[in-house]
This record gives sequence, C-alpha cells and structure tokens, in this order.
Amino acid sequence: MNEKSLAMKQINPAHTAMLKVEGLKKYFPVRKGFLQGVIGWIKAVDSVAFEIYQGKTLGLVGESGCGKSTIGRLILKLLEPDEGRIIYQGQDISGLSEEKIKPLRKEMQIIFQDPYGSLNPRMTAGQSIEEGLRTVGVKGRSERKAQVAHLLEMVRIGADAAGLYPHQFSGGQRQRIGIARALSVNPSLIICDEPVSALDVSIQSQIINLLKELQNTLGVSYLFISHDLNVVGYLSDTVAVMYLGHIMEYAPAEALYDKPLHPYTLALLSAIPAPEPDDRHQLPALVGDVPSPFNPPPGCKFQGRCPLVEDRCRKGEIKIYQVGDGHTVRCWKVVGK
Amino acid sequence: MTKTDNKALFRDTGAEEGPRAPRESRLREFWRLLRRNRLAFSGLAIFVFFFFVAFSGLVLTSGTRPVFDPAIVRLQEKLRPPLSEPNLANLLPKEIPTLGVYLFGTDDLGRDVFARMLQGAWVSLTVGFVAVGIAVLIGIGMGGISGYFGRNPVRVDHILLAFIVSLGGGLLIGGAFFAGGVLLLIGSTYILFSLWRKKWSGKQSAQKLLRLLHKDTISIDTLIMRIVDIMLCFPVFFLILTVVALLPASMYNIMIVIGLTSWMGTTRFVRAELLSLREQDFVTAAKALGVSDWRIIFRHMIPNAMAPVLVSATIGIASAILIEAGLSFLGFGVPPPHATWGNILSDGKRFIFDAPWLTFIPGFAILIVVLAFNLFGEGLRDILNPKLRERY
Repeated sequence: MNEKSLAMKQINPAHTAMLKVEGLKKYFPVRKGFLQGVIGWIKAVDSVAFEIYQGKTLGLVGESGCGKSTIGRLILKLLEPDEGRIIYQGQDISGLSEEKIKPLRKEMQIIFQDPYGSLNPRMTAGQSIEEGLRTVGVKGRSERKAQVAHLLEMVRIGADAAGLYPHQFSGGQRQRIGIARALSVNPSLIICDEPVSALDVSIQSQIINLLKELQNTLGVSYLFISHDLNVVGYLSDTVAVMYLGHIMEYAPAEALYDKPLHPYTLALLSAIPAPEPDDRHQLPALVGDVPSPFNPPPGCKFQGRCPLVEDRCRKGEIKIYQVGDGHTVRCWKVVGK
Repeated sequence: MTKTDNKALFRDTGAEEGPRAPRESRLREFWRLLRRNRLAFSGLAIFVFFFFVAFSGLVLTSGTRPVFDPAIVRLQEKLRPPLSEPNLANLLPKEIPTLGVYLFGTDDLGRDVFARMLQGAWVSLTVGFVAVGIAVLIGIGMGGISGYFGRNPVRVDHILLAFIVSLGGGLLIGGAFFAGGVLLLIGSTYILFSLWRKKWSGKQSAQKLLRLLHKDTISIDTLIMRIVDIMLCFPVFFLILTVVALLPASMYNIMIVIGLTSWMGTTRFVRAELLSLREQDFVTAAKALGVSDWRIIFRHMIPNAMAPVLVSATIGIASAILIEAGLSFLGFGVPPPHATWGNILSDGKRFIFDAPWLTFIPGFAILIVVLAFNLFGEGLRDILNPKLRERY
C-alpha cells in the first residue's frame, strides 16, 4: 500500500493527497469530583475529513474553540484520535505507537500563534533550532552550526542571531525563529497554528510572504489554521470552515470566497470589514459567542446562532452535500429540500 | 468579496522590524534587581555571613585540639556574663578561652557560649540544607512524575504490588525473614512476568484474572496529590516528635525526618509548574521534533520550573532550622554534649533571670538567621516572578 501510493505520487503528484484525513474524532472527557469521574464529553473534533496536496495550502477557519488547533495536534500525533484515519503518504498513522511514529515526526512540523511561548526562554535561538537537527541525526557541532546559520538566513534573520535568547527578539523575529526550527528537520507538511494572529499587520504581511516564498522554494504544504478569512484567502488553495468540531463548508478558495453557501460562512465573510463603505452585508452579524461544546443539542451545531434556522435543523445529524467540484456543505438548505 | 481583493492587503511593506531589546544576561538582570531590593539583599548578606560562620565553626570547634573548645567545663567560672575576663588564677592553661575573653559569657557548667554557638551554627546549617535537600529531591521527583506522567492510570496490580513489596520489606526489616522473603519473591516474580509479557507477547491477554488486575483505578496524579493532602493533614511537628522519640537520637535522623515531612510544598510547586509548562508551545514543538521525554523534562521543563522551587527551598531552610531548634529545645534533638542553638537555649532557660545571655544570644541568632532566609526567599520570589521583570 505504502510503496504503491509513493509510486503514484511520483507519477502524478498533483492528484494524490499527501495527507488525507477521514472521519476524524476527538472527544475530551469532562472530569469532576474527588476521584475524577467522567461526567461527560466535549466533542472537539467530530467526523472531520479533508485532504492536503503536495505544495498546496489548506486553510482551516473558525472561531475560537471550534477545534482547529485540536486537528493540528491530532495530525502531529500529539493527541491520539478517538476515531478516524490520518493517512500520510498512503500510510495510516493514526494507530501507530510512539516508537513507530518517531521516524515520521520530522515529516510534519508546527508553527505556533504565540511568539512568546513558542521558544524556550532558557535556550538561545541557535540551540532551539539545533534541537531539530539533533533529532534528524546531524552529527558534529560545526555542521549543526552551519545549518543553523543557513536556516536563519532562510527566514531572513541573519546568522549572528543564533547566540541570542528569545527575550532579545521582537515578536516577528521570534516567529521567524519558530519557522526556522520547524524547517530544521526538512518537513513536507507544516501546520501553521494561527502564526500571524499575535502580530502587527505590517509584520503579518512579512511573515505571510515568507511562508509563501518558502512554499515556492521548498515545496512544503501548509495546514493554515486561522480565524482571519483575509489571511486564509490570500494563502490557501482550499478552505475548510469549522464550527464546534464540524467542517461546515469545504471548498476551493475561489469558490468559497465567490460563492459561499453555508450560513456560517456567509456570516463570517460578512464580518470582514469591507474596504468600500457602500458594500452591504448580506446577513446581519452573528451575535453571542460560540456555545459550549459540552452536551450540544441534537441536529445542526450552528442552530443556536443561525439566522435561517428551522425545525428540521434541530432533528438528527445534518448530512454533507456535494454542491460543486470539491465543494461540500453541511447544510440541507443549500439543496433546498 | 473576492480572493483577489485580499492581495492588496498583504503587500510586503519591506520595513525592517524594530531594534532588538537590550542585551542583558539573566544573571546580570538578577543581580540588578536584587541590589534594588534592599531587604532581600540584606537577607542575602546575612545568609552569606552565616555560611561563613558555620564553616569556620566546623573547622574551629572540631578535632582533638580545637581552637575553640565547646566542651571544656570550668565549674569555677560558671555563668560569667558576656565580655567578662577569665580569672586566670583558677584556670589550667588549656582552659583559658582562645580570645582571652568570654565573648558570649559562660553557661552553668562554665562552658564558653561563643564556642558552643559556633558549633551549633554548623548543626543548624547542615540540618537546614540536608533536610531541604532531601525534601527538594523528593519534591522534584514526585512533582515531576505527577506533572509529566500524571495522566497515566494506576492499575489494580500496581496497588497490589506496592502493598506486597512494602509489606515484605517491612517484615524483612522487622525480623520475619521467611514471610518477608516470600512476599518479596512474589513481588519480583510478578514484575518479571509483566516485563516479559510487555516485551514478548504483543497481544492483549483476555484472561479474566489479568483483566481484573489491569483495571485502571485512579491517575498517578490523583494518587500523588492525595498522598500530599494526607501528609499535609498531620501536624508536622508532632509527627516529627513521635518519630524522633522512637528513633535513636542523632543529627542524621533529625535531618532525614525533617526532610521526609516537608517535601509536600515542593511537590505541589513542581507539579503546578510542569502542568503549565507541558502545555507551553515550546514543549509541544520539542515533542513534534521528536525530542525524547527525558530530554524534554531535563532540558526544556525543569530549568524553567526551578524558580519557585528555589524560593520554597530558601524558605524551607528557615523552617527546618526552626524545627531543629524546637526539637533540641524539647530535648529530642541532637544529643548532648554536642551544642545546638536549640539546646543552648533550652539549657539557659533555667537561668533566664540570673544569666539572660544564655537564652537571648541563641534566641537572637535563630531569629536573625530565620528572618534572613525568609527575607531572601521573599525577595527571590519577587525577583524571579516574570510579571515583575521585563517580558522576555
């Protein structure tokens, strides 16, 4: 299976998903009391499916707490999925033990949102990056030093930064060091967990352009997690919109921005500040917060805030409807039945 | 809104990011903040002075011919006040105090209180440091397990095994060699059996007994934290008194007992630190890179968790010194004739109106040293608190 899909990838890389996720589920137990008994479950990720192709970017959008970051951690095997398959290069990695996953660790890396927490405050930038080189077995201090310098040049910081501690850098510089650390093991997929949300707009654009440039030169794929539709639209080839653990709409970026179908996607898009004051929003802005994912009512997860909600939305699981080429929506209203 | 609209928003401004923060090393920053905190700095000064006194005390009062002999009894010179001159006519040459004067006076047996204070300083210092050392080691171990591996469950067989092994060990020490040996043998056989099963047979056994034994009970974290809660329920001083009354009196027993009853605070600190560090992005990044568990714990987590441990250790030394003085005062401490501040105080209380220096000098010494350690500890807490320093 593995060899076959690898061969297929070499023949026609664009048509075989590098990473394929099917029916992914992660429920967190809610514990209480003296002996920490389980009193319920939070469905952080519920039946999620998507594909990421070589050198392409999948954008994952949604409000805080909808399970975006959990998906990133599930793919990295930092969390164990309860159900579903994560297929990397044709190999199901979801059930692999810690020893078997070790060699695959270097294939997938992560970049974090908070540039203050993502670097060990007691290690220099060079030492942080070296951690990755060590695990892929780069022997020799001078060899590692040279590679650290190369990686720092790659993210446009300058090799002399290797000896400095994180508190001596600005937020954007720290984010670049985080990117260099992720690149140190030469991964083919990088999970960008809101990498620009904590940065100034001008720094945001620098980091985004750096990510784009690295994709062009190195051919890495990104799973780009964000709550900012502007950023996602600029970077992504495909976009998945998440709400409370479900993917509500999954479409190529052009289709999603030109012809959004799910009421939640519409609400999100209409919440983007419009450059033209005359632009009229199609829907009133959403009110309230994302409801607690603990013990949600049956039916559509979005029912509590959806402006178009009807009785049918409150009964049973809502199916996923195919509405176009690679465009799926989890809302029965789009097919009008 | 179309996708092309967004492009304008992300044109690279090309602007360089702001200048780097001033390059000040952590040690220098620490020193600067410490200098600014006067109380903590004076605490540190007294701390260093006490160190010096205790070390010189050890050197000057031990050996066959010590410079200051705390054990010379001069019954003709008893209860002399501080700074009084010795009556040379009554003394043998070796009985004359080294300084030519009784700096802190003499006690009811005519022993030089200055020499006894010097000897006692070393006791206080070692009891403080060794007891806290033991407590910190246990605390880091227990807190580390609880914080990093805490989510793993404890199984029924683990509990049974711990019970059997400790019972066996207890019987063996208590003298019941046969019963103890048999229990230990059963325990080690089961450990070998589990290792063999884990290593050689990958499949989960479906036997009913094994399934019962492998049932999860509570998490390691819950277990350790409940043990901490139970230990905290005991009034520690009375627990120590009971244990010390049962054990032969010696300095080492006291250190060990104080250490074994004061690790709970450190355990809680380390656990709390590791729990928050475990969720930190840099630890996640290290895991994603494939760094090993031990390297993550010792290279990434423990160095970042040391600040509160250091603070609690500093304050713990003060309380260990206090506990030792209290035990000595009650007569359960280091056995005489070895002097400790507590038993000088205790011996002197009978003469508090005739010879107040016998109680006040060790009393003040204890007060000053404990206060210094507490002030330094509090200062350390402020200095190491990341919210009070510039954001790193």
